[in-house]
Parts: sequence; structure tokens; C-alpha cells
Amino acid sequence: MSITPKPSITSILEQNLIMELAAKSRRVDGRSLTDYREIRIERGIIEKANGSAQVSIGKTKVMAGVKLELGEPFPDTPDEGVLTVNAEFTPIASPTFELGPPGENSIELARIVDRNLRESKAVDLKKLCITPGKKVFIVFIDINILNHDGNLIDASTYAALAALLNTKMSNFEVNDGEVIFKDGNQPLPMNNYPVPVTFAKIGRALMVDPQLQEEDIMSTRLTIGVDKDGCICAVQKGGMGELEPDDIRNAVGLAVEKSKELRTLIIGGS
Amino acid sequence: MRISWDDEVAIYTQRRQLVTPGELLAQGEYYPELNTFKEKDKIYSMIVGLFDYRGNRLSVVPLKHCYIPYVGDLVIGKVVDSGMSGWTVDIHSPYSALLPLTEATSRPPSIRKEVEGILRIGDLIKAKVIAFDRTKDPILTIRDRDLGRVTRGKVVKISPSKIPRLIGKKGSMINLLKKESLCDLTVGQNGVILVMCKSPEAEEAVIDVIKMIEREAHTQGLTDRVSEALRRRIGSTP
Amino acid sequence: MIKGYPERLIDENGLRLDGRRPDELRPIKLEIGVLGNADGSAYIEQGKNKILVGVYGPREIHPKHAELPNRAVLRCRYRMAPFSTEERKNPAPSRREIEISKVIREALEPAVMSEYYPRTVIDIFIEALQCDGGTRCAGIVAASLALADAGIPMRDLVSSCSAGKAGGEIILDLFDLEDKYGDADMPVALMVNLNMITLLQMDGKLNPMEFEKAFTMAMEGCRKIRGLQVEALKKRYQGIVEREGTSEFDEEGT
Repeated sequence: MSITPKPSITSILEQNLIMELAAKSRRVDGRSLTDYREIRIERGIIEKANGSAQVSIGKTKVMAGVKLELGEPFPDTPDEGVLTVNAEFTPIASPTFELGPPGENSIELARIVDRNLRESKAVDLKKLCITPGKKVFIVFIDINILNHDGNLIDASTYAALAALLNTKMSNFEVNDGEVIFKDGNQPLPMNNYPVPVTFAKIGRALMVDPQLQEEDIMSTRLTIGVDKDGCICAVQKGGMGELEPDDIRNAVGLAVEKSKELRTLIIGGS
Repeated sequence: MRISWDDEVAIYTQRRQLVTPGELLAQGEYYPELNTFKEKDKIYSMIVGLFDYRGNRLSVVPLKHCYIPYVGDLVIGKVVDSGMSGWTVDIHSPYSALLPLTEATSRPPSIRKEVEGILRIGDLIKAKVIAFDRTKDPILTIRDRDLGRVTRGKVVKISPSKIPRLIGKKGSMINLLKKESLCDLTVGQNGVILVMCKSPEAEEAVIDVIKMIEREAHTQGLTDRVSEALRRRIGSTP
Repeated sequence: MIKGYPERLIDENGLRLDGRRPDELRPIKLEIGVLGNADGSAYIEQGKNKILVGVYGPREIHPKHAELPNRAVLRCRYRMAPFSTEERKNPAPSRREIEISKVIREALEPAVMSEYYPRTVIDIFIEALQCDGGTRCAGIVAASLALADAGIPMRDLVSSCSAGKAGGEIILDLFDLEDKYGDADMPVALMVNLNMITLLQMDGKLNPMEFEKAFTMAMEGCRKIRGLQVEALKKRYQGIVEREGTSEFDEEGT
């Protein structure tokens, strides 16, 4: 069951301030409507994972780890490896996160990250097949939210992508259906680099990379995922509000532009 | 009544037309009343119902709605819980009602057993709403003439939106029912009606007629059909 | 039944596997008031999709602590019947169902005037009995009718339809095979009279021009569906209102 959440209470004073600034295309922290907070990416921080990355957007901090295992393919894609994304809203990240099984927000988040990677065919899953229908590599992407200050979708997807780009798999050869691992590593075969851009609608303004305070009062959230060819690969509207058709057109145009610089930042240094 | 058909001020629907949620009713100098709302200068319906207006005030008469208590309403409800301070009463509303002990008796009992002596879980009561504002549950009283536990008769439940039709203009319909059936009828605003007749057959007949009124509330010639049905079923002379 | 990978999704005449033109909806059948106990209910058939929606409420909320002081809470569950798909679906709620329950609730929230019933709950149960692509959209269409049937005030009906790309063409209202083997799917929900989008998702690959074309096509589909929704409501209630000519609510009392 999905249930109307309890709103977090922002004082009317702050609400008014954010709304008034938004009406003038300005924001509380001085950014323009199209500016991200400072993004920092650290790669390979968990040695025991095949790949890992930690992404900070302002005070939001997310870690993603990649583990590879052998397993069975899905029946409808017998010649492809398997990609799975899981997200944990750990209670250390926010006083509003509670212990327990994953809630709808963490499931939605994981599925948006998954959609970006899957639909853009980011990982070349065909190259991860060992014996069609029997044995393939499974790519587990686990996302840990460490500090929640808004825009978890973008931070998580950037972390997942950076972790995939950081992933090393052992060299191997297949002998009679058996995998024999050999010395040395190779990078995970990658095809594409999807980059989502998330917007918040506050008043009539659409702003990228909402921080928590802005998320708390936004009416609607919109995420546009753009692949390396400038094509849209994943979209998700969230929140209890509505959007004008032109909001969506504007967001698509802006996301296509914005994703280019963000992609350079995420790929760069891998 | 001002109706013009230029672009700025216009009513788009005729009186008594069936309208649906989001349907544009009028544009311009009109005021949204019951079940209508205004965005920019346009007035829309928010429910399925029948369009109506008085002067430049627009409304939609609902075909179906849940019961929202009003202070002064007579309701018929069922006791579903009891405690030392009073009872919880199901009044077929999104808000369950409270009947405080002090509104049931002038001498509050000191032990639980005595509370149960006044009303028990499962009892039907006739009660009056004495307080409600949607932020707190409605408060009932049974400390008035003709209120309290229902001990005989049958109850029938209809949509609260049909209660005005059952009562009729200046009570015409309900008086007709009472006169023709010689039964005692209590109409709860929450859609529950208590029927007390001399025979169970007569009670059944009256209940059938009440259900007919609910079904055909918005049709023409209902009064005639009601008298006819009552005469046929009960056989009382006019 | 077409099994396996279809050779092509659009034939030489520009028609789709089920014979539709690119911008054509599947046949849609809508019925309102189909359940006895629910306060409002609706049933939709769209192609092979068969979906039943029941609405209960506004009613008291349990647990009490979930209530909100200034509005009704909406609760929504989208559930696929285990027999609704080719392969049996495990009855435990899947991550997909949990996400869809959320996006459907969020698609209906802007329409429902929940402020009229503070501290209550409106429950929306969507049972997908047979699934053939586009069930979240069909579920929204039926849910908004069930809400109207329950007499719950709404700013507008919510109409919903998907568009996407398959066989190189932008197409409306994808069914299962087109969704699975096509290039993109974009479910959209629109409050047509207010011209406001309440649901938007997309997966696949569309360049910005294709995106615009699909988005416009989906909105056009929503407008057609709204017409069918209004027709279904009028069919359901017109009989009650005009069984014997005009109504006489002028005779009503208080």
C-alpha cells in the first residue's frame, strides 16, 4: 500500500522565502535555477568490492558498491548477464529514515537508477554471458545513502555509474562451460553513460538539484535521464503535485544540455 | 440571472444537467458554491451531480455522498465501543461519534457495570449531534425527548444524499409516507431511517417504498408513484 | 497468441501486430459501479487488459497515527493477480507493484480534493486481473472513475495513456509485446480540462524530437480517453436522473 506521507514541516517563513526567491529565479543558497551544488566523486574506496564510488552533492552523500557473482540468467534474456540495483536508506543518513524493510521511496530510487542503467544499456550485458541459459555474471549494485540533503536520485545514479566505471573483473576463460579465472583484471564492459537530471517544481519555477529544504516544499519532482547520445532513456515524475506540459518540455531541453557537463565530471578520472 | 454567451461570461451547462468532475460549468462573474470550485476565472464541478444555480451562484447537487455531521442533526447510530467516559457510536460517517457519559445521564455512574446498564455495545440509538468541526470527532447527546436507545422497529439505510428527497418540500414526502402507512418514521440525517409499524408486513412495505424513493429520487412524478405503491402494499384508504 | 520475438512490430502497411494504426488506442470498455460493497468502483478492459478498481472512503483510518490533521490520506494498492500474466506471478508484492502503487497514488493526489475530509482515509484498490501492457494507465483511468463513483470531490478526472516507440515508429497505447520488444514506453496521466500532467515515466531510448512526438501523442490519447470516461459516467448516472424525463429536485426539502 502506498500512503500519503506525513509532510515534513517547514516554517511558513522559510516556505515564503523559498517561494519568493523562486519567483525571481533565485534560491536560498545563492544558486541559479540551473546550478548544481558542488559535486565530488571518490572512486575505488572499498577495496573488497569489485567497484565502488562515493558521490557528494553538497551535503548529500551516497556510496555505491559493485559486486560480481556467477549465477543464472533470466529466462527471457538467456544470453545476457544480470544487473540488479538495491538501495538502502540507512538510518544514519537522516532522522526521517527508519529501520525495517525497504520502503516505497528506496524501492522507487533503486528502480530509477536501474532504469537509467538498463534502458541506456550502460553495461554490455551480452559480454557477461558465459553459457547461454545456464551461467552468466550477475552485477549487484548496492547503494547506501549516507547523508540525505536532497536529490538522492541523481547522487545515487552518479555513484552507481562511477562505481561501474571503477569495476574490475578478473580475467577469465570458459572451458567446457566452466569459468577459469586467470591473473589480471579487466574493466567491466560498458556501452553507455546515462546521467539523470532532477528538477523540483516550486511555485512556477523549475530548479535542478533540489536540496532537502527545497524538496520539502516542492510540489513535484521530475527526473530526466539522458544517455551519451543525448537521447532520453528514463523519466520519472514524483511527488503529489502536477506539471504543465511545457514544464516537461523545458526540463527535457535543459537536461540534455546539463547532462553533458555532468557526464564529463562522472567519467573523468575513472 | 445574467447569462451572456460571449467569451468572457457564460454558463456552459443547463440547470439539472448531469455534470462530471472537472467539467467546465461557467466562466466569468460567477461564484462557486456547493461542490464547485473556481480556478482562474473558470468554475468547474468537483463531483458527479446535477447542475443548479441561484442568481450567479453555481452549485452541483450530489447523487451520492458520505454523511458529514452537522450540529443539530438527528442521527441513528450503533454503539460499537464503551469506556468509563462514554461510548463510541458508528453513525455511517467517516467520523465515528462520541457519546459522553454526561450526555447520556444526569447521574454519572461510578462503576463500569452501571455504564453497561445504560447502553451496551450493539445498541441502536437515536441521538443529536451537539458538536462537530471536522478537527475532532462529533459529540452526540441522547438527553432530550425522543432520543436514546431504540427498542423496536426496523432500520433501513439509504444514501445520505437522498434524505432531502425522502423528506420532500416542507416535509411533504415524509408526511405522505406517515399518513398513508400509519407508521412512525424517524429519519436520521446520516441516511438511517427507523420504521415502526403495527405489523412487520407494513414495516417491510414502507422499507420497500423508502428504497424506491432512494432509487428514483431524481425522477418526475415520484410523489404519485409513492402514494400508489403505499396504497397497493398497505391498502389504507386515502 | 504470439510467442517469442516478433519479426517486426510494424508491417509494410504501417500497421501494428494487432492491426492498429500507430496513433490508435486499443478498444476500451468502461463500467462503473460494478462492486456491491465498495463506495465506488469501476472496471476497465483495454485490449486484453482487465482491471477492477474499488474505492472505500472517506472512512476512519487505522492505524490512527497515520491520519493527517488537514486532509484525507490516500492509500493505493496496485496488485497483479497471480494468473494475470503468461507465467504465474508470485502473489507477494513485487518491487514493480510497490513502485506502481506509489506513482498511481501520486497521479491521483493532485486531482482528489482531500482537504474536504481531514483525518480520514480514501482507499484505492486496483486489481489487475489480466495484464497486457499499459496496466498502470488503465488502472488510473478506472481509479479516477471509481473515485467519482464514490462521490469524492475531484478537480478533474485523471486520464491516462502511454505512447512510445516500436519498429521505428512513434505509437500510442503499447500492448505487452510492443512494450517488451519496442524501443521506448512512456506512460502519461493528464488532467485534461486543467491541462496538468500528474504522471510521467519513460524507459527506452527517444531523441528529444521523438520524445516530444510521443509526449504529444500520449496527451492526445488521454483526451480521447477522457471522452470515454465522461461517457461512462453519464451512462451510469443518466438512467438514474432521467428515467422519466426531467428531474424534480426543485421539490426537495432542506
